[in-house]
Amino acid sequence: MHELSIVSSVVDSVTETLKAYPGATVREVRLRVGVLASVVEDALQFCYGIASEGTPLEGSTLVVKVLPVIAHCSSCAQDVEIPSLQSFRCPRCGEPVSDLRQGRELEIESIEIDEVTETV
Amino acid sequence: MTTRIVELRRGILKKNDELAAGLRGRFEAAGVLVLNLVSSPGTGKTAFLQRTLTELLARGSRAAALVGDLETDNDARRLAASGAPVRQINTHGICHLEAEMVGKHLEGWDLGALDYLFIENVGNLVCPSSYDLGEKIRVALLSVTEGEDKPLKYPTMFNSADAAVITKIDIAEACSFDREVALRNINEIRPGIRVFETSAKTGAGLAEWLDYLARERSARER
Repeated sequence: MHELSIVSSVVDSVTETLKAYPGATVREVRLRVGVLASVVEDALQFCYGIASEGTPLEGSTLVVKVLPVIAHCSSCAQDVEIPSLQSFRCPRCGEPVSDLRQGRELEIESIEIDEVTETV
Repeated sequence: MTTRIVELRRGILKKNDELAAGLRGRFEAAGVLVLNLVSSPGTGKTAFLQRTLTELLARGSRAAALVGDLETDNDARRLAASGAPVRQINTHGICHLEAEMVGKHLEGWDLGALDYLFIENVGNLVCPSSYDLGEKIRVALLSVTEGEDKPLKYPTMFNSADAAVITKIDIAEACSFDREVALRNINEIRPGIRVFETSAKTGAGLAEWLDYLARERSARER
């Protein structure tokens, strides 16, 4: 249960970014989270409300895009999606796969903000 | 008001990852092989590590350990009985070790005077998998008392491991431990991983483990 520290890092990181956009308010924060990242979306959402309270992110929406495991299968010579975490085998040929190309991501993809437009 | 999307593409644990990369550079420059030991509480990480340290010192190797727990320095005292330098990291509630804690607790140690540094993580098979500590080898341990399906239950950790250690093999029979099933499950989650079947009590499997450590260490010197 380290989602609170994960989400706190998100809040710090976005707050830092907002310095370049004075007065802006945050509508949405979008994350990319691989299924092997060991974080649970529900827990992230729950902690987000707590961690964002009293910050410029308060009231914004957290959008979590969950990424499946993609591995390179040397037998098929192509990248394949691994449908289950119970077996790291190529779903096409059944060979074990250990060369993972996606699934461990834990990143902030983008933020959607409302900027203050300067009036002349 | 104008709405704008700002692309960030930034790792959430960027700070930890950067610190870990810095540590990894220091470890490599010093020629010390660093291992991060992860398991559930009660697997026997400390007993396994104590035996490993004792054996390494007896072979003339220079080894040290950092050990993480929420509270108490009990494990550091147990490990120090091996004669190796040991430091306790108390996380005070945090469920995993982070690179910053490791860096802080290395202060004053001459890494160049070490062949091996073991980092015993907090007993937890979930959270430590997200935190790089700058280690070369991540070792996932499971004991024969935990059930052969542990790797299936915690695939994120076992998939991130470089080696697996089965502990308490001396009581396998009493636990009706099905070795074949356990090995199959480990391999299903992390195909091709090196597995060591060990007992800190009897010393079973320790020779293979120590040979592996020596090989990994000399591979670094090349």
